[in-house]
Formats: sequence, C-alpha cells, structure tokens
Amino acid sequence: MSTRRAVVLSTVSTVVVLAALAALFLAAPGSKQVRHTFFSPHDMWQSLIGNPKQGYYSVGEALWLNIRMFLAAEVLILVLALVIAVIRQSAGPVMFPLRVISTVYVDVFRGVPLILVILALGFGVPALSLRFVSGQSAAVYGVAALVLSYSAYVSEVYRAGLNSVHQSQVAAARSLGLSRWTALRYVILPQAIRTIIPPLLNDFISLQKDTALVGILGAIEANKAAEIYSDTVFNYSSYTVAAIVFLILTIPLARFTDHLIARDRRRRLAGAVA
Amino acid sequence: MTEPSEAVRIEGLRKSFGANQVLTGIDLSLAAHEVICLIGASGSGKSTLLRCVNLLEPIDEGRIWLLGQEITAAGVDENTVRRHVGIVFQSFNLFPHMNVLRNVTLAPVKVLGTRRAAAEQEARELLRRFGLADKESDFPDRLSGGQQQRVAIVRALAMRPQIMLLDEVTSALDPELVAEVLDVIRELAAGGMTMLIATHEMGFAADIANRVCFLEDGQIVEDAPPAELFTQPRDERTKRFLRRITDAGRL
Repeated sequence: MSTRRAVVLSTVSTVVVLAALAALFLAAPGSKQVRHTFFSPHDMWQSLIGNPKQGYYSVGEALWLNIRMFLAAEVLILVLALVIAVIRQSAGPVMFPLRVISTVYVDVFRGVPLILVILALGFGVPALSLRFVSGQSAAVYGVAALVLSYSAYVSEVYRAGLNSVHQSQVAAARSLGLSRWTALRYVILPQAIRTIIPPLLNDFISLQKDTALVGILGAIEANKAAEIYSDTVFNYSSYTVAAIVFLILTIPLARFTDHLIARDRRRRLAGAVA
Repeated sequence: MTEPSEAVRIEGLRKSFGANQVLTGIDLSLAAHEVICLIGASGSGKSTLLRCVNLLEPIDEGRIWLLGQEITAAGVDENTVRRHVGIVFQSFNLFPHMNVLRNVTLAPVKVLGTRRAAAEQEARELLRRFGLADKESDFPDRLSGGQQQRVAIVRALAMRPQIMLLDEVTSALDPELVAEVLDVIRELAAGGMTMLIATHEMGFAADIANRVCFLEDGQIVEDAPPAELFTQPRDERTKRFLRRITDAGRL
C-alpha cells in the first residue's frame, strides 16, 4: 500500500510543481509576447520543415549534419584520446619527449574554449592556402576542432580508467612474461574500459550538443538553420525547435548511460561478472 | 661459474624503497628440485626477495643468476626470464574479466605462441589434475579463495616454468581453504618442482622444505634444514621469532 501512496504523492507533487511553473509563465507581464516569439506553432512547423524559396533551411534536416559530425568526431576522439592516454602513462626515458608533447597538448586544449579552437581552425587553416588541407568544408574544420578539444578531455577519462586497474593486475600479467603492450591490450585496457564507459558517454552527450558550435563557421547545422530562420522571419520559435531536436538526440544517450551505470552498480553489489 | 644443478643464485642483493631498506644483503643458492621456505615476520623482506628473483622489482645492488645465466646483467630481456619463473601472489590476482580457461591460456598463447586449441587442451589437463575440471568457464569471482589460488597456480604452471615462487599464497585464505592449496604445493614438490616459498605456515614449511631460511630486517639470519631450524635454532633472533609464534599457537 505504501508504494501506491508514494506513486500518488509523487504524481500530485509533479502536477502541482508543473502547474505552478506554467502559472508563473502565463502570469508574467510579457508572457503573450514570449509565447508568440518563442512558441508560435506556425513558425515552429515552418522552421522544422524549412522552405528554401523563402530563404531558410529545415532545422530537422540540418540536424543530420550534427549527427554526422558527432559520429565522425566520436570515432576519431576514441582513438586519439587512447593514444594520448597511453603515451602519458608510458614509462621510460625514450618516451619522454612524447610525454611532454601530450601533456602540453592536454593542458592547452582543455584550457582553450572550444569556440576559439573552432574559429582558429575554421578561419586559420583555409587562409594557409595549402593544397587539399585548406579546401575543406566548414564541417570538416569543425570536426577537427571538436576532435582536438574533446580528445584532451577523453584522454584524461582513459587515464583515470587505466589508473583504476590495480597494480597487482599489471604485476600478474608481467610476471607471466607478457610484454608491457600485451599486458595493456589484454589485461589492463579491457578492465579500464568497463569502468570508464559511463563518464565516456557523458562526454559524448556533451559532444552531441557542441556540434552546434560549428555553425559559427557557416555550416548549416540545426542551430545555424534556426538562426537563419529567425533572421529571415524575425521569430525565435526556430530556436525552440532546435532545442527540441537536440533533446531528441541527447536524451536517448543520457538514458542509456544511466542504464549502464545502474547495471554496473547492480553487478558490483551482486558480486557477479559479465 | 655456476653449477648446472643450481637453479637460483643470489649474491649481495640489496633493495630499498626510498629510505626504507628492505633487503640488506641477501646471499642464497637454490639447487634444482630443491624447496626452500622463507619465514619471518611481515616486513622482513620475504615478498620483495621473491619479486626481485622475478625481476618485478629492480634491484639496487647484487647479482642474481637463474639456471646459470645472470639475469641482473644489462640487456637481459625480462620477459624471457619470466617465462622460466612462475610466481603466485597472496591475493591471487586472477584476471577478473576472463574466465578460468582464458586466465590459464592467455600467456601460453600470447607469449609462447602456442596454438589456442593446444593451449586449451593443456590447460584442461592441468585444471583436471588440480580438481578444477568443472570450473573452466567460471569467472574468478564465482570461485572460492582456495579455488582462485589453485587457478593462479595452474596459470603459472601453464607456462611450464622451471622455478616457482610462491608469495604467502595461503595468507589471504579462510582457514578451511588453506589445506587444499597446500596439497597442491605438496604435489608440485613431490613432482620435483624447484620452489622458493614465502610462508607463515610453519607446519607446512617443516613438512615440505629441504631448507628453511629465517629472515629479519632484510637479511637471512639462519638457513638450515627444517628439523634443525625448528627444533634447535642457533641464532637468538630465530629463537625469539619461533617463541613468539609458538606462543601464538602457530607451531
């Protein structure tokens, strides 16, 4: 009975809170104006489907560019970040210069705002007038910037994961005659990756949204399409649409991350293993 | 320089961790098929000594020969050395993300280049010999401590080592699980395996060892056959140690 009571209580409190927020919004002096400029159904629909003859693009279609940038960046980040993490964890004097380079790299790209990296690559590299390299689309420079910036973050996630594997596992692997690399590949990494999947996915949720920043280079992604709509029609409802399509993109990944974290906790409590 | 019957020779071995001197001059010789038990209080350097023989710890001073070859010389490939020396740890250190069979076959396949099918067949034979035939697909955390430690021993044996180093392999076990692991070690000794064993099980040491070495403050204080060391110890420090553990009911 108490669970039913809990359900009733939570439902009632949710309804009350939402109603209070709605009332606050509706009672605000500028409510009507805001509803018209941000939540106009007509403008939301128009910006979602787009109309090139009127000079604006479909926000929904533009999202496809965000998805492609995200997917390309994700794969590259996973590889580059791992390389950096392994170099930073490496031992031995021979690796010293590489360790310094990767440490500086991580410091720089974690410290510089992503938007500046995007601007630097997007406007700087074409200006170099290099064959092939300078002739790419805005989306390519955008992906390159995302990869540079996020690899710095993700390499730290990898590093935390590698450090979370106990030294005794390294000792066990090395004592069997496994080389440093073989031990890393078959013993350390598989255990590290299991622990870092939730924080890794968390970074990728953030990456999905940050593809919107590439719009400043002129790439027609969802946010840029919304901007063009609002500039053309003088209504901000297109931004609301952009927000909604990004939510549709990120929420499934967020739920999946929660699911993995919960599963991991259950497993640890049960003491069982996959 | 060394006789071929000598499995391990250690001369003037010193090792410190920062300011903490753990080994302060160890000389020890282990003949082929000989079993030496290292006894002594925690912190006396037993584990560090074993880890040095396996090159898991870089040494500060001294030399170590393995099967007549100096392994502390410059340019020696540590991975090659470790193929000949198996080590089993107090805390088992099985790979938690692999089942028993994969734990045992990983090194033969990746280090020796044994074909997987052959490695698995060999692993199954070893598992059967040590009463683990039905455990090959289990993951380590489904096993009892005693079973995990036996798997760890099998994993080391799968590399066909010529020497086994056992580092307090029963210290992390519940008392009722100690016997099954000690039985495995007895079987290894009976089969002629050369072993260097750090242990707190005095009865077991008395029973299995050809020689017992008592360590204190990083030195071998006394080195004698068990019958002699346990019944008529010569050094005052050995006597004190044995009196303490007799009082604690461990002997």
